[in-house]
Amino acid sequence: MSTFWIILTGALVASTCSIVGCFLVLRKMAMIGDAISHAVLPGIVIAFLLSGSRDSLFMLLGAAGIGLITVFLIQLFHQSGVQSDASIGVVFTALFAVGVVLISMYTRHIDLDLDCVLYGEIAYVPWNTIHVGGVDIGPKAVWGVGLAFLLCATVIALFYKQFKICSFDPAMAAAVGIPVALFHYLLMGLVSVSTVASFESVGAILVVGMLVVPPATAYLLTEKLSRMIVYSVLIGCASSVIGYYVASVLDASIAGSMISVAGILFLIALLFSPTHGVIVRKLKQRKMIQKQADAAAA
Amino acid sequence: MMDWLNILLDPNAQWILFGSMLLGLSSGVIGSFAYLRKQSLMGDALSHAALPGVCIAFMLSGSKSIFLFLLGAAVAGVIATFGIGYITRNTRIKQDSALAIILTVFFGLGIVLLTQIQHSGNGNQSGLDKFLFGQAASMMLSDVVIMAVISIVLVSICSLLFKEFKLLSFDPGFARGIGYPVAFMDQLIMFLIVVAVVVGIQAVGVVLMSALLITPAVSARYWTEKLGLMVVLSGLFGALSGLIGTFISASGNNLPTGPLTVLVATGIFVISVIAAPRRGVLSKLLLRSSVRNQMRREQSGPQMERREKAV
Repeated sequence: MSTFWIILTGALVASTCSIVGCFLVLRKMAMIGDAISHAVLPGIVIAFLLSGSRDSLFMLLGAAGIGLITVFLIQLFHQSGVQSDASIGVVFTALFAVGVVLISMYTRHIDLDLDCVLYGEIAYVPWNTIHVGGVDIGPKAVWGVGLAFLLCATVIALFYKQFKICSFDPAMAAAVGIPVALFHYLLMGLVSVSTVASFESVGAILVVGMLVVPPATAYLLTEKLSRMIVYSVLIGCASSVIGYYVASVLDASIAGSMISVAGILFLIALLFSPTHGVIVRKLKQRKMIQKQADAAAA
Repeated sequence: MMDWLNILLDPNAQWILFGSMLLGLSSGVIGSFAYLRKQSLMGDALSHAALPGVCIAFMLSGSKSIFLFLLGAAVAGVIATFGIGYITRNTRIKQDSALAIILTVFFGLGIVLLTQIQHSGNGNQSGLDKFLFGQAASMMLSDVVIMAVISIVLVSICSLLFKEFKLLSFDPGFARGIGYPVAFMDQLIMFLIVVAVVVGIQAVGVVLMSALLITPAVSARYWTEKLGLMVVLSGLFGALSGLIGTFISASGNNLPTGPLTVLVATGIFVISVIAAPRRGVLSKLLLRSSVRNQMRREQSGPQMERREKAV
């Protein structure tokens, strides 16, 4: 049973992240996920200090709040003339440093494991369950990530056209009257929510990886956005299933294995994708040259 | 005040101070080039990508030798920069996605290896995570010597090749046109970033190392339009952050040096954003209000005349 819950959590994280991640990859904002997942640390610590409990609702709120502040600050500095990558870097490292300082200031009466926050421990997911009226209704993480998944899927489905136009041609989106800034922050809100919801159960590494690696793999396989989303969800789910079994064979970190498998799938797509694969394109080139040579000879 | 004096007299603290300053200086200098080439997040990617290198070095040697760790991290870093370059050159995936892919996949592999090491029951492994999160306070004389040598080499390469790096940062096409070995110099700059990251990891940790590459450079950019001055300022800001960060950390409170150094650097950044001449918020506000005043004066002139005529 616990195998099922772990794989389900992994697959839900992968699906949530890859839906949102497709837009990040297209909008050249892939590093935002990395930034948010580090920058929420002070939010989690402050929420923990204020509430005094490890109740995930408070932490979720604190983290999501800081996540939006992060995005806002990045945008602010970017607009005032700092390059976007540098502005991401300045903001998230500063917030992360605040988080680490807070943790070490209160380190004596804080029971917050930095390793756990960063690496996550998906293996413990099945034991942290929710009880409603005395009945065990499944792990907390599955519910949390599941809700985030439903939220992301619904919002993206409702405003699919708007998100699509904003990603490919923001100028046109503005011209046809789509509130570009609103959709930017909506997307960033979704990134924050999915990052934070996934974060607690699986750690930053898996979240950041799932935000970028499956969408990038799908990007190499198709020309259509709708297909790209479907492919990346499938690739994400496949990575988490295969990753789980690899981890159990190697007796290694489950989150780490899932990401490694996603990386291997990316490498396969990079080399063998029918349209964008490096090897396939080389072969095509050689065939063309051959054909030209033949034509010249004849 | 007594605390500060004690720090200056304590030889151990002196080494930490010296090391942090050198680290800030060299990462500030090489960070300026990274910033101009829009590769600020390269440091972040490389500092994560170093993990599997460190783990493999430990697995192969079974010892916690700093030198082997650095070697492993450097090899992993070079492979990572190559991977990032390969992906961006050969596919339609952009640099930021390539960075993120390499960062997470390498780190994921590193975590797998780390758990392997932990499960193998090697009693010697306990220091590995310290290496990742950074412990400036545990810096030893030998570490500082290594850092000093590397920093000097790094800064002197940057000053010797200053003209070439400058051209490469602003107009790589022209540089190729007049026959510079652009690809080689690209890799050289990447390699220097790898070196700075690898040296910095054990002092400030994986995540915060990228801050030392980015923040001083961005701050310096606010103060000047000239590359030479920017590089010097960025190095100074970095060194100053290391200095003040170490001082605060050493004067008690049990606070870690790395995050404090980063926070000082952020403080310098905030000051630069507000107070820098011409590009800062304050001077922009001043300029705007003086322009507005001037406009009001110019507008009010003809309006008064018109009003007089109407009367």
